[in-house]
Amino acid sequence: MTIAPPATESLVQRGTPVELVEVVKDYGTGQRALDGVSLALEPGEFVALLGPSGCGKTTALRALAGLERIDGGHVRIGNEDVEQTPVHRRDIGMVFQSYSLFPHMTVRANVAFGLEMRRVEAKARASRTQEALDLVGLGAMADRYAHQLSGGQQQRVALARALVTRPRVLLLDEPLSALDAKVRVQLREEIRRIQKELGITTLFVTHDQEEALAVADRVAVMNAGRIEQIGTPEELYLRPASPFVADFVGLSNRLPGELAGGTVTVHGVRLPAIAAGVADGPVTAFVRPEDLGFGAEGLPATVVATSFLGAMRRTTVRLAADDALVAVQHEVGSRFGTGDAVQVAFLGRPVAVGGR
Amino acid sequence: MSAGPAAGAPAPGSLSIPARMAGRRVGARSRTLTGAVPSRATGRVVLIVSGVLFAVPLAAMTWFTLQQVGTGAFTLAHYGAIFDPAQASNYEDLFTGLQNSLIICVLTVLIVLLLLLPAMLLAELRFPAVRAVLEVVCLLPITVPTVVLVVGFVPVYQVLGGTLGTDPWTLAFAIGVISLPYAYRPISTNLSTLNLTILAEAARSLGAGWFRTVWRVVLPNLRRGILSSCLLTVSVVLGEFTIANFLNQTTFQTGLLLLQQTDPYVATIFALLALLFVFLLLVVISTAGSIGRSRRSRR
Repeated sequence: MTIAPPATESLVQRGTPVELVEVVKDYGTGQRALDGVSLALEPGEFVALLGPSGCGKTTALRALAGLERIDGGHVRIGNEDVEQTPVHRRDIGMVFQSYSLFPHMTVRANVAFGLEMRRVEAKARASRTQEALDLVGLGAMADRYAHQLSGGQQQRVALARALVTRPRVLLLDEPLSALDAKVRVQLREEIRRIQKELGITTLFVTHDQEEALAVADRVAVMNAGRIEQIGTPEELYLRPASPFVADFVGLSNRLPGELAGGTVTVHGVRLPAIAAGVADGPVTAFVRPEDLGFGAEGLPATVVATSFLGAMRRTTVRLAADDALVAVQHEVGSRFGTGDAVQVAFLGRPVAVGGR
Repeated sequence: MSAGPAAGAPAPGSLSIPARMAGRRVGARSRTLTGAVPSRATGRVVLIVSGVLFAVPLAAMTWFTLQQVGTGAFTLAHYGAIFDPAQASNYEDLFTGLQNSLIICVLTVLIVLLLLLPAMLLAELRFPAVRAVLEVVCLLPITVPTVVLVVGFVPVYQVLGGTLGTDPWTLAFAIGVISLPYAYRPISTNLSTLNLTILAEAARSLGAGWFRTVWRVVLPNLRRGILSSCLLTVSVVLGEFTIANFLNQTTFQTGLLLLQQTDPYVATIFALLALLFVFLLLVVISTAGSIGRSRRSRR
C-alpha cells in the first residue's frame, strides 16, 4: 500500500527573506514616488502594503519585481542585491490587478509558461502544471481559454501560474480589486491558505484596509512615498503610530484635545494617549466608534442617523458642545430615533493623537 | 436533387470570407448576442445583395474575355494568346510590370514588418509618450493626395537614383510611405484590444526575456493585425498607379494600362486574375488568423 504524497509537495518551500532598503524612486515630478522606503519580509511572511491610491505602494512592489528602475537604495531577495538583475532573472511570481492571462493560450499553457521559460522538461512540466492547477482548485479547467473563465477563476489561474515555478517571492498587485465583493473575500482567504501551505514570502499590495488586516501577518501602511508604520494588524489598529494610520486604518472620530504628559483631555474627559512624537499642547484625538458608548452621563448630543451593521449598530450623533458629528458603535439592542437626546460617554480606552 | 436552392449553397468566392465568419459566429457560439447579430434572414439578404453587386462586374468581365473580336462569338483565343510565344512581345511590359510589382510587394511588406511593427511595439511597451506622434506620422500620408506626394518624391528619387540606382524596386520606399496608414491601422486596432503592457510584464515576471516575450506572447496575440496589415499593404502596392506612372516605372498597374490600349481582352483577363489573387490572399489570411481561436469580446 502506498501513501500518495500531498498534492502540493513540490511547490512547498522554505521561504526567502526579501528586503527593500531605503529605496528611492523619483519620476522627476517634484514629489518622490518612493522616498526612502525600507521594508523587510521574513522568510515565509505575508506582508500587506496598504495605502491610498498614489501613495507609491504599487511602485514599491514593481521596484521589487524589477519592473521599475530605482533611483537609490537596495532591493534584496535572499540576501542578494538584485537592483541590476532584470525582471526575468529575479525569480519572482506575480499576480496583476487586471487580468493578465495570455489570451492565445489555454489555462494549461499559461501555467506551464514559466516552467517552459526555465527549460523544465516536458514530463515534469505537465505534472507540476497539473499540481499548481489542483492547488487553486481549477484542475478540471486546464483546456479552457481565459475568456471562458470568470474573473475569479482567471485570477486563480494567474496565481497558479505565478506559483508553479516555485519563485522566491510572490508579489500580488491588488489581485482582488477587479472582483465582486463575495469572490473577493473567498479568494483572499484562499490566497492566505495557499500562502501558508507553501510557505512562500509574499508581498500583497492593496488599498483596502479590511483586506490587508484580514490576511496579512504584518501590514505596512504607506503614505506619500513613505512607510508610516509597519506592524501586525492589531498593532496598527490599537496603537497607530501616526494620525494618518489612525485615520486610514479603521474608522476614527477626529476630536479636538489637549495633550499633557501622556494624557489627552477631550471635551473635559481625560484619556490615556498613544502619542509617540507628538508635542504637548492642542492635538487631534482619533477616537474609534467602539471606544464610545451611550450612558446616563456624558456629553449631551442629538441623534442624527443610525445604521444596522449586522452584529452591531452605528449611530451618528451631533455633539451639543461644538456641533461635531461623531460615530458611536454599540450593540444592536439599543435603538435610537433621529432627534433623540443622548449622552455620549468615553469608555476610557487609549486613543491615538496627532498634531492638530 | 438538393432541396433548398440558396440554403446550403456556398457564397461566391469573393464573398465567402465575411459571410462565413458571420455565419459561424451566429451559428456556433454567440447566439446570446442577439442584439448585435442580425437575424439569419437579414444576413442572407445582405449576403445576396452584396454578392450580386460583386458578381455582376466580375461575370461581365469574364464574359467579355470570352468573346471573339468583331463577331462576339464564344472563344478561348484570348486566354491562349497569353501563352503564345509569337505574341509574347505584346505582353512583355505587363509581365515586367507584374514582376516588379511582386518585388515591390515583398519589399513593402518587409518595410512594414521590420520597421513599422518594431516601432509600434517599442512605442506600446517602452515609450508610450511617442505613441501619439507615431499615430499622426503613420496616418499623415492618407491626408496628402498621392499626386502631391509625387511632386515631393521626384527630387528625392533624383538623389536616390544616384546612390541606389533607378531600379523599380526603389519604388518600395515611396509605396511604403503611402501604405503606412493601411499598415498601421489593423495593428493599432489589434493592440487596443489587448493590454499588451500587462501581458509583457506577466511574461517577463515568469522568466521570459524581451525576445521570448515578443516571440511567444506579443506576436501571437497580434497575428491577426499583422496579417491584415500585410494584406492591405499588398493590395495598396497592387493598386498603386500614380507614383509608378509619374516616376516612370513599369509596374503591374502601368503595364495593364498600356496593354488596355492595344489588347483590352488580355488586359481584362489580368485584371480578373489580380482580383482573384487578392481574394485568395484574403482567404488565406482570414483562415490563418482564425485557426485555433475564436475570441469573443473581452470580459
